[in-house]
Amino acid sequence: MKAALVLEDGTVFEGKGFGAETRNFGEIVFNTSMTGYQEILTDPSYCGQIVTMTYPLIGNYGINPEDFESRKPFVLGFVVREFCELPSNWRSEKTVAEYLTENGIPGISEIDTRALARRLRNHGTMGAVIATGDSIDVAEMKQRVIGHPDLMGSDHVLKVTVKEGYTMPNDGYRVVLMDFGAKLNIARSLHDLGCEVIVVPATTTANEVLALNPDGIMLSNGPGDPENVPFAIDTVRKLIGKIPMFGICLGHQVIALALGGRTYKLKFGHRGANHPVKDLATGKVHITSQNHGFAVAADSVSKNEVEVSHINLNDDTVEGLKHKSLPVFSVQYHPEAAPGPWDSEYLFGQFMQLIKQERR
Amino acid sequence: MPIREGIKKVMVIGSGPIIIGQAAEFDYAGTQACQALREEGREVVLVNSNPATIMTDANIADRVYIEPLTPEFVARIIRKEKPDGLLPTLGGQVGLNIAVELAEQGVLAEEGVVLLGTPLETIKKAEDRELFKAMMQEIGEPIPDSTIVDNVDDAVAFAEETGYPLIVRPAYTLGGTGGGIANDVEELRAIATKGLKLSMIKQCLIERSVAGWKEIEYEVIRDSNDNCITICNMENVDAVGIHTGDSIVVAPSQTLADKEYQMLRTASLKIIRALGIEGGCNVQLALNPNSFEYVIIEVNPRVSRSSALASKATGFPIAKVASKIAIGFTLDEIRNAVTGKTYAAFEPALDYIVVKIPRWPFDKFALADRYLGTQMKATGEVMAIDRTFEAGLMKAIRSLEIGVFGLSLKGIDRMPQEALEKKIRIADDERIFAVAEGLRRGMSIESLNEISKIDIWFLEKIKNIVDFETELTEGVKARGSSFLTADVMKRAKRLGIPDIYISQLTGLDEQEIREVRKNYGLQPVYKMVDTCAAEFEAVTPYYYSTYEEENEAIPTERRKAVVLGSGPIRIGQGIEFDYCSVHSVWSLREEGIETIIINNNPETVSTDFDTSDRLYFEPLIPEDVLNIIELEKPEGVVVQFGGQTAINLAEPLAEAGIKILGTPVKYIDMAEDRDKFDHLLMELDIPKPPGRTATSVEGAQEIAEEIGFPVLVRPSYVLGGRAMEIVYNQDELLEYMTSAVNVSPRHPVLVDKYMIGKEIEVDAISDGEDVLIPGIMEHIERAGVHSGDSIAVYPARSLNRKQAADLVDYTTRLARALHVKGLINIQYVLHDEQLYVIEVNPRSSRTVPYLSKITGVPMVNVATKMILGKTLKELGYQNGLYPAPDYIAVKAPVFSFAKLLQVDTSLGPEMKSTGEVMGFDTDFSMAMYKALAAAGLDIPREGTILATVADKDKDEVIPILKGFVDLGFRLVATCGTAKVISEAGLPVDRVNKIREGSPNIIDIIRQGKIDLVINTLTRGKMPERDGFRIRRAAVEHAIPCLTSLDTTTVILSVLQSLEQGKDFTVIPLQEYLS
Repeated sequence: MKAALVLEDGTVFEGKGFGAETRNFGEIVFNTSMTGYQEILTDPSYCGQIVTMTYPLIGNYGINPEDFESRKPFVLGFVVREFCELPSNWRSEKTVAEYLTENGIPGISEIDTRALARRLRNHGTMGAVIATGDSIDVAEMKQRVIGHPDLMGSDHVLKVTVKEGYTMPNDGYRVVLMDFGAKLNIARSLHDLGCEVIVVPATTTANEVLALNPDGIMLSNGPGDPENVPFAIDTVRKLIGKIPMFGICLGHQVIALALGGRTYKLKFGHRGANHPVKDLATGKVHITSQNHGFAVAADSVSKNEVEVSHINLNDDTVEGLKHKSLPVFSVQYHPEAAPGPWDSEYLFGQFMQLIKQERR
Repeated sequence: MPIREGIKKVMVIGSGPIIIGQAAEFDYAGTQACQALREEGREVVLVNSNPATIMTDANIADRVYIEPLTPEFVARIIRKEKPDGLLPTLGGQVGLNIAVELAEQGVLAEEGVVLLGTPLETIKKAEDRELFKAMMQEIGEPIPDSTIVDNVDDAVAFAEETGYPLIVRPAYTLGGTGGGIANDVEELRAIATKGLKLSMIKQCLIERSVAGWKEIEYEVIRDSNDNCITICNMENVDAVGIHTGDSIVVAPSQTLADKEYQMLRTASLKIIRALGIEGGCNVQLALNPNSFEYVIIEVNPRVSRSSALASKATGFPIAKVASKIAIGFTLDEIRNAVTGKTYAAFEPALDYIVVKIPRWPFDKFALADRYLGTQMKATGEVMAIDRTFEAGLMKAIRSLEIGVFGLSLKGIDRMPQEALEKKIRIADDERIFAVAEGLRRGMSIESLNEISKIDIWFLEKIKNIVDFETELTEGVKARGSSFLTADVMKRAKRLGIPDIYISQLTGLDEQEIREVRKNYGLQPVYKMVDTCAAEFEAVTPYYYSTYEEENEAIPTERRKAVVLGSGPIRIGQGIEFDYCSVHSVWSLREEGIETIIINNNPETVSTDFDTSDRLYFEPLIPEDVLNIIELEKPEGVVVQFGGQTAINLAEPLAEAGIKILGTPVKYIDMAEDRDKFDHLLMELDIPKPPGRTATSVEGAQEIAEEIGFPVLVRPSYVLGGRAMEIVYNQDELLEYMTSAVNVSPRHPVLVDKYMIGKEIEVDAISDGEDVLIPGIMEHIERAGVHSGDSIAVYPARSLNRKQAADLVDYTTRLARALHVKGLINIQYVLHDEQLYVIEVNPRSSRTVPYLSKITGVPMVNVATKMILGKTLKELGYQNGLYPAPDYIAVKAPVFSFAKLLQVDTSLGPEMKSTGEVMGFDTDFSMAMYKALAAAGLDIPREGTILATVADKDKDEVIPILKGFVDLGFRLVATCGTAKVISEAGLPVDRVNKIREGSPNIIDIIRQGKIDLVINTLTRGKMPERDGFRIRRAAVEHAIPCLTSLDTTTVILSVLQSLEQGKDFTVIPLQEYLS
């Protein structure tokens, strides 16, 4: 099966298709993780995006029934140098191609993914169209995509959030997890610490949350521009200071906006499992898993009782915030890992400590 | 900021000579360390006994001591230099062991020297099995069931509880020396006995075997602020059971899901934290292929062979960063040299796959036991980078230089199925080819996985190559060269299949294939190793080829030259040639010329991205080299520093129209082609031993008859004396001609008169007219022992004025006649007061680094400038012999016999040593003592000598033995030798030969009753089983065994000097050069 990927700037990559025979428009991004494609495919934060893996050999260990990060994949396309048709791992049940086909997602392989990543690095994230099938028309694809930067839309959070809340019972603290597109491992991590986790849709109001009588509120990761979720910002603004709160990724950006901060779009984002983050309080460096295209502007929060707690060592961007007096903290990266290093797992423990302090 | 402000002067310990398990990687690590420490303003004192290293150059450290790496010598240097800190983690196991001894002897405390990097307790925890086990249990990391024993009976008792197979690992040894897998009680007893003997602390670990599990390694770094990162993980293609140094390895891991990857990463970080290492550490783990179960196999609290591989695989300079951490810097303070923007505190992201294949010495040791197990046997390794496993594997195979360009090994198609399956099950060095052959024969992936334990993923990829081979072979058979469509050729190239292999598979001419490919415009592009998978712009031009779209290696407009490297370390071609390549690059850079290095050895300094202006990590065969040259368009190619590897490329490159810089190809050929060379010598009227080229068995016999026995026989174009022998009669000649070589007009055999005498060696530099001879070396062992295995002394002591003048004259005229521009190496034999030329190498030789260091003439630097057209006069050098200094330098060979079973240790024309050391002093016997001590030859000052010598040597041996008796030694000998000894009036105890029954010579060696063995070959090359077994028993019980009376005589003189109370001095290179 043929496949083509055409970028907004007119660059064409023609390769071999796998997965579903279809066509999708989206924002093209690249991820530098060498393992964890199953988690990446099912991370709801990629909603609206076509994902390129810079590691060339993808699918080696297949797809297993355990490592999903959400109920289904939300990526619009998958771009690899080579996908593995005969995976090998004791947990593998199917190939990446089979999984993509089942979920209607097109994939393209046998292209120079390093050239693509370099282009995105130099020119920034852009719009793209991916199409698979033997009758694809590259000229027409070009026409459709050139000069149309915003192919993404703005309602991703609503697409990926749970439609109805649910509870993971346990006998520890009760934590409400606001699902902006949460990776399952956030809920699992809290549950593993004994928390009763109540997952609620992104549109849940402050009063509805308070009515659940939580000990803590967890704001999840999620796709897109944080300014596209004013309802969530409003909810969070009302909850800050009332209940201990921990935000991850989009959750972190929402907290920043709720506290009067500002966010901006990065040139090509941070997507990978090797980002060094420095904890400014301890001076320690942690290797973190990241997936974000937006960041919080450092100068926008510092005047408001909020301090930057973590920075990215590669580009000095804000990676964590902490309120000086209220029980609120957040990180831009993914302490729940999956995929990526487990170094920041301790942050969930800190959240538990914060809840404990507040209850005293 | 560095926490350790008080550390102003740091001592770095190198790793000594190249041996199996400890190769060039420590020169790379140590050189980086010295440079990194000096970059931070520290004064560096370096100790290493290996003169062939870059690290022992006077410009690498402030004070360079080329002295034996023993606690005695290092302690003396410490007392003299009084360093503030000692960095022991860059010199492999040798460096670590010395640090432990010095600490325990109290030397470090007395002199106030701080141990940097790894605390003493940590070294012990990682090395002492009991402490390690206790620590792992404490932090909850799993290890296989095991017990520590200090005697064999306890090992057997443990086996009765746990069952077999069991792994035996001796504590504190290199490359797993003495270890092995025991399948039953007999094997256990044998391995444990030897292991206990070899362990520095007489301890062995007996452990449950997890053979067959996935073997995974992590390279981890930690700083004083407890920041920990992993640089790289690696997966062994060969499952647990084969030493990682003998395994085919890929980076990063391929068959691990993220959960498994992170689980093992987390365990590795936990371990380095528990150990408290400040620097690099290597963690080896075994992972059950069918569950999340894993165990920690081994931890190395230092930089290692794997960390060198990881550095080259990722672009992350582990040794450099570890050295900065050792003096107090933290990861977030150290810049990432590749991007120049980011910091060392990150984990490299690869967007390619790296394949490493070990290089084994079995081409030299045809009779050696070539099975692979827990005892490492490889001398070196190659690394290849590409975007698919198939292409990486194929590149690595052709980088090995074993005459194989793909997955088919000559003759393997005729191997019986049973033998083939055995080769796959009990791995040897050829297993990868056996696996491919199994696939060709239709064996299923499942059955291959079952018997080899190689993961299905790798097998599938190998099958991709094999399937394509078949398609190609059949396609061309059916349709001729028209089958090679653009699509087929593109697929071939993306699988990494070289033109020459397509030619071998299809019978089509390689040149034709190349043209077909060029017509399709099919050329590789070059991508950068940038540590970050293109996320950041990188500034380091470190490239690999691949058949994709975008080329990142954009040539500059500067003047430039290519320097060809020397490939993997093997016997006959060691680290010396990397030393030469690096110096050539530096010299070219001095002249303002952009340098391009092509090499594939991940252990070396030449493949450090800082060494040249551009580094191409590629195989050294014409196709790969030409592709780079066509892109870069250099002025020419320098071939004389990369050993025989580079010299062999001169002709094909010249044929392709590429300019060879330096000595013209025509004259390289003249020096190497025997007939042309003989003709030249005749014209110049320079004597050589009589002899000619034979193209048939009968021809050889005729020549031998004519010149008289003994004769030296060897195939033409040899490397390190491969298949070279001295034969004493027609029977031996016939046997050699029919079994050792395959003589034909295309593969002639050289038959020369073997002339007994002193061997003299020179390296000379010529600008085409003037010839500079930096020094003359003399070998201790008479001609007939390979020059690489001989002890060499500089300056030569046996030549009279006339002979020295002749030597200068011959050398000068030969260099001129061969139009040498650059280096030439000539070996002479002094026979009956007359010099004869026995060998000429129109290139840099093994002795160049040694001679450069002791004479102070930067030989490669000067030679490179000759290549560029400068003259010796312009550089201020005179014609002729460079004045000798008033000290003596001795170069001694180092062997790795303990690691190679079934290899005869006797010295002969076939080279056997893996490395070398240098000892120097103002006194000859002290220089010799240092060289021998550095070589690890543990000469006893008293004790019992076992002498078994050939009849021809009996007269010669008596005065030598008398000397030993006078020093208080006791003599033991078998009947013949004993008779001669007692007739000479010396006391001797007779001992049984093997066939005379117990207790015999082997028994008393095993019982530890012998301290030194003197054994000479009985008759020519006739296999003498007693002799062979005596020599092996000595090696396996670590007893010095001398097979040359010349060596023995010199050792006696050293012992006599020591007896007289002579003492040595320790002087840094910088002082004696000034």
